[in-house]
Amino acid sequence: MERAAFSEASVPAFPRGVKFRFNNTKQQWVILAPERLLEPDEMAVTVLKLVDGQRTLGAVVDTLMEMITIDPPPRDVVATDVVAMLQDLADKAFLVDAARAPQAKAAAGGK
Amino acid sequence: MNARVEPPLALLAELSHRCPLQCPYCSNPLELERSGKELDTKTWLRILDEAAAMGMHQVHFSGGEPTVRKDLEQLVEHATKVGLYTNLITSGVLLDEKRLRALADLGLEHVQVSFQDTEAANADRIAGFKGHLKKLEVARLVRKIGLPLTVNAVVHRQNIDHVPDFLEMAVELDAERIEIAQVQYYGWALKNRAAFIPTYEQLQRTTKVVEAARVRLKGVLVIDYVVPDYYAKRPKTCMGGWARRFLNISPAGKVLPCHAAESIPNLAFDSVHEHSLQWIWDNSVAFNKYRGTDWMPEPCKSCDRKEIDWGGCRCQAYALAGDAGTVDPACELSPLHEATFGLAMKEASAAAPEFIYRRIGTDETPDAAVFGHHEPAG
Repeated sequence: MERAAFSEASVPAFPRGVKFRFNNTKQQWVILAPERLLEPDEMAVTVLKLVDGQRTLGAVVDTLMEMITIDPPPRDVVATDVVAMLQDLADKAFLVDAARAPQAKAAAGGK
Repeated sequence: MNARVEPPLALLAELSHRCPLQCPYCSNPLELERSGKELDTKTWLRILDEAAAMGMHQVHFSGGEPTVRKDLEQLVEHATKVGLYTNLITSGVLLDEKRLRALADLGLEHVQVSFQDTEAANADRIAGFKGHLKKLEVARLVRKIGLPLTVNAVVHRQNIDHVPDFLEMAVELDAERIEIAQVQYYGWALKNRAAFIPTYEQLQRTTKVVEAARVRLKGVLVIDYVVPDYYAKRPKTCMGGWARRFLNISPAGKVLPCHAAESIPNLAFDSVHEHSLQWIWDNSVAFNKYRGTDWMPEPCKSCDRKEIDWGGCRCQAYALAGDAGTVDPACELSPLHEATFGLAMKEASAAAPEFIYRRIGTDETPDAAVFGHHEPAG
């Protein structure tokens, strides 16, 4: 595995073995990975729902900007936050960059 | 007790105690379950249904060696169907490409392969089985098929100096993750403790190696590191707290808060033959006995970490202090902490005794030294 360094050109994707999934009983989104489980907060869930292995990180930011209708922060502030958040998940092996790792499978099937 | 207990996160399904390996640190109980007592397929399928309905996220198929079960494929398929994330914890020695592919196609998400050492001769000696080369082959197959791989490296005084090689091996195998787990002293490992416990210096050296590797391999290899409690200041948050996060089912269908819980005498565990998982989770007397913080004695009761480490490990408290309801001697607040540290140092500096290999029905050797007095298990 090579370390993914995320930028706006990256295509964030969930690798095989990582599932971003809604648990019906608990009414809660979770990221499931080998022996690990993450309960992302509401903000992270909003971002992760846009991670489909197709969209670039830049496109994720654009979509978020469209979603924030009241008092939107500057785009570069949102972009910095999103890059940092996704990079942190990549460093913990919850995400890969599909632009660099074409074998990575999007998690669409896991939802 | 809690009005409504939050459901567990994951199910540990011990499908069988059978295993071709005879690792003397096996976490299985000394009294191994024979195959005739194992749950049938139908019961396991019902358990998976119940686990999903309770809101559990993951199921870990383990053992013994889970691949001895011919119905593993059926269980993986069903778990996937009901929405559980499936993980296989295996020695690998019984797997081939055809079976691995079948399991992957049925929804298996992740495979953990255990290794006894990085050198074949020593690995096979520890396992009591010539399997190291086969394990390497199976680990490569896991990656070839495209499944994520965790290398389980169980380390102790007889292989701890190979931790750098273990890290290299995991990278070479293209594993996503490595678990560098010091032996935990329950079951067979407690019996063989003197053969396994490293010196404090070995431990410190290894910790440095791991810390450096975490920086060097950030984003490349996830490294989980478990230190031996005997040298710890604070106890581990065992299982995320007794009956808080996990539910373990033994091959015969006993529902336990952890795989070692049956080592505590006078705790009656319920069976899947008698009650639903939900009923047991809510009502098991054994689960409620040490759940939460109400049961705690001092120094736990007034400790500001009581909801962080949940009093440490009940099985260890029993194994070392002879009382499952007391503070875990791994905690520096335990009156037995210093003695535990000293015992570890003493055993680690003496010559390592011969292994007592894990075998069904050959438990006739005396228990490892303990401070408390209790009847030898088994």
